[in-house]
Amino acid sequence: MNAISVRDVYKYFGTLCAVKGVTLDVVEGEFFGLLGPNGAGKTSLINMISGLSVVDSGSIEVNGSDVSKDYLRARRMLGVVPQELVFDPFLSVYQTLKFQSGYFGIKHNDSWIQEILGALGLDEKADSNMRSLSGGMKRRVLVAQALVHRPPVIILDEPTAGVDVDLRQGLWKFIRELNERGHTIILTTHYLEEAESLCGRIGMLKKGELVVVEKTEQLLQSSEGLTIRLLIASGDCHLPESLNSFQTKLIPGGAEIIVPNASNVEEVLAHLRVANIKYDSLQLDRRDLEDVFVSVMRSGKDG
Amino acid sequence: MVGFQTLFSKEITRFLKVGFQTIGAPVLTALLYLLIFSNALRGRIEVYPGSGIDYLQFLVPGLAVMSLLQNAFANTSSSIAQSKMMGNIVFVLLPPISHLEFFLAYVLAAVVRGLIVGFVVVFASLLFVALPIENLVTILTFGFLGATMLGSLGLIAGIWAEKFDQIAAFQNFVILPMTFLSGVFYSVHDLPNFWQLVSYLNPFFYLIDGFRAGFFGVSDVEVFHSLIIVSTVTFALSFGCFLLIRAGYKLRS
Ligand SMILES: Nc1ncnc2c1ncn2[C@@H]1O[C@H](COP(=O)(O)OP(=O)(O)OP(=O)(O)O)[C@@H](O)[C@H]1O
Ligand SMILES: [Mg+2]
Repeated sequence: MNAISVRDVYKYFGTLCAVKGVTLDVVEGEFFGLLGPNGAGKTSLINMISGLSVVDSGSIEVNGSDVSKDYLRARRMLGVVPQELVFDPFLSVYQTLKFQSGYFGIKHNDSWIQEILGALGLDEKADSNMRSLSGGMKRRVLVAQALVHRPPVIILDEPTAGVDVDLRQGLWKFIRELNERGHTIILTTHYLEEAESLCGRIGMLKKGELVVVEKTEQLLQSSEGLTIRLLIASGDCHLPESLNSFQTKLIPGGAEIIVPNASNVEEVLAHLRVANIKYDSLQLDRRDLEDVFVSVMRSGKDG
Repeated sequence: MVGFQTLFSKEITRFLKVGFQTIGAPVLTALLYLLIFSNALRGRIEVYPGSGIDYLQFLVPGLAVMSLLQNAFANTSSSIAQSKMMGNIVFVLLPPISHLEFFLAYVLAAVVRGLIVGFVVVFASLLFVALPIENLVTILTFGFLGATMLGSLGLIAGIWAEKFDQIAAFQNFVILPMTFLSGVFYSVHDLPNFWQLVSYLNPFFYLIDGFRAGFFGVSDVEVFHSLIIVSTVTFALSFGCFLLIRAGYKLRS
């Protein structure tokens, strides 16, 4: 079954079309990444899935329940970590989670609350007032709140914004475990390494349109190869014509040469030596999701 | 059901935690009105001529209802507006709480606060004046309807408002004039024709008149007549509010 099924969905804010005819299925048990630059419509799409905003046209189902016709069931299936750092200043961390459990119809939830508090490194803060927490701690509480009812589908809208390395790793370990236990995860983030290492499949939004949906490995394959980055302090860089068979690019303070695989590196270095190009240092990078992302966002297909 | 209970008790806790402001302050205000108006106007105004009802006695139910209405309105409007502005409204918008449960949880909490304030005003007044109780059911019915009406109106205002100023404006330019012109401080029979007519167009007038009838068994208008009008207005506002919630107006933009 599909955990999320989005059918030709549109969202308008006045004359602005924030989501343009998105159709997307996320399969049960998937770890799905939703990427896109600021203002691409990620949050707008998530808000329609979670019922925080009404769908202007099209339809959305969560585990087979329509988000407007069968909203109670759809919402019970979902745990959402909102992007904005919101909290109730009159409550402690524990009270926040207790009330949230109650809203989801759960009266006795103490052992699970303790478990999430532990997993998110919040046990010492349980009785602290929300107001007194640091930004990162508040975000942990938001994650905890989304999990109180053990939702089968979890949506995280930039959960690691402003969160330290420690928690980031702890958080991903925890989310991964939840995914392994069968929870479907949908994630938005601007940290593309995170998406690359966590998500099995990735969708990219551009100006409200879903321009790419692909398995992560496939996306990476499509951009296999290595980037050789030459740094030349003098800034004076002319690549020899013998390198024209490769994709090359001048960058500030040097140049980049993209080669299909590692065996080409020697060849490139030989050409550089013959052309007598002096460089101060050389970096070798595996092409990654960031390169794919950049090329998708630059490519012609435009909203 | 647990969802409703939680939201309801959360709303109750919200005002009880600051009971000094949410109950204490309005009661004090009402008692000050009682003191000032009774001393200034006692003997100059004769209410319900021939009934033997003292002006001070007459004043108490009016002040109680006025406080009840204002506080029921304040409870829903401030709670929703505050959550909206803090952004933490999402915590009650994400869970599987039905539209009806959402409406009832907020409005019933406002009813509780309104009734508490109203009855504390009555009880505190007993220190200064003795009050008859003609019909407790009438008192409770009008109290409940009034609190529901203003709780719903407050919810509508809270959903609609984008700034606290707008709520304050609503309170100062709508609720306050309507309560003051509804016969809290006088019997409408003492008014010139034009103002009598204005009073008859004001639903708060019927509320106060009906509530007061529960104490004295005397009223400006037939109690049953007031009950019909008050119930109709309460139902209309509640239903309108429910429809706004169901449509997600401004809450799920
Ligand atoms: N409530 C709103 N009223 C008007 N415009 C809005 C509203 N919410 C979002 N928008 C607009 O819709 C577009 C998409 O915004 P959205 O928040 O979905 O982007 P996003 O992909 O989540 O971006 P980010 O990475 O910055 O979070 C933006 O142009 C934004 O300005
Ligand atoms: Mg966003």
